[in-house]
Amino acid sequence: MNRYILPLVAFIILAGFLAAGLKLDPREIPSPLIDKPAPAFSVPTLFDETQSIGTEVLKGQVWLLNVWASWCVACRQEHPLLNELAGQNLLTIVGLNYKDERDDAKQWLGELGNPYTVIAHDLKGNVGIDFGVYGVPESFLIDKNGQIRFKQIGPFTPDDINKKLIPLVKTLQAES
Amino acid sequence: MLAQFRRFTLLLLSLLLLILPLSLFAGIEDHKFESAEREALYVRLTKELRCLVCQNQNLADSNADLAKDLRQKAYEMVTDGKSHAEITEYMIARYGDFVMYSPPMKKTTYLLWIGPFVFLLLAILTLFYFLRRKPSTKDDQPLSEAELEQARRLLRKD
Repeated sequence: MNRYILPLVAFIILAGFLAAGLKLDPREIPSPLIDKPAPAFSVPTLFDETQSIGTEVLKGQVWLLNVWASWCVACRQEHPLLNELAGQNLLTIVGLNYKDERDDAKQWLGELGNPYTVIAHDLKGNVGIDFGVYGVPESFLIDKNGQIRFKQIGPFTPDDINKKLIPLVKTLQAES
Repeated sequence: MLAQFRRFTLLLLSLLLLILPLSLFAGIEDHKFESAEREALYVRLTKELRCLVCQNQNLADSNADLAKDLRQKAYEMVTDGKSHAEITEYMIARYGDFVMYSPPMKKTTYLLWIGPFVFLLLAILTLFYFLRRKPSTKDDQPLSEAELEQARRLLRKD
């Protein structure tokens, strides 16, 4: 009897590890920027080239930086959720238009609606590199002190927004 | 005759193009360096850094947009005179340890580095355990009378 138990136990342990492995998403690489100050940037806004927007201006409020592009398919899927979130007036939503042409981006927003308070235009993707963006969409939640507190990799789902993002935003709003 | 020969040569050349490995075209930005040493550093970096989009390729092999951008960034930093440590630090600060093909040895990666050797050691110990275990002596016992009778019966059957 004993000689069967050992292989069985070994098999169960192995199966357990493999099952856990199936649930991991290798595309989700933890960001080293969590709980670190958001990288400083200052780039022209999408709608007005003469105006610039950056980390410094946004200090003192809780804001979401959503990285998107008109060429990004998953952004299209996420977009209605951002529109809905914007309607709740909970926080400032800043867009980072990543490696995109101005006209394409504007047309895209004209079609799908604009949830952003302000949009930074990152034509070369340099701001993206500073934030460690490797896939679009990505979102960063930044607190009043300018620290990144949460990063969403890939499009938000309704559950992500209602169960993770909104409660966290409320906590952060309450912080001084 | 000449026209035929020309056509044949053209066909041969086009066929030759087909066997050119596609990887030749990956990462071929034309970069100029001050010295061979700087160039060697750039080449080393593009081999050590991972493309985060196509995770099993390094920057040198990948054609992804992000890989191009990161190659450009690495090139700029190399020509600015930054050291290997400075550039890898820059990348790790933004993308995490995963950006390095060989992750640094630290608390969170001990298991990753040492794990395979632990498993190897366990396997060797198990092997020795089974090899050295005395063979069961049960089979060496003389057969009992009942067993002998059973054997005889089976033999008689033929």
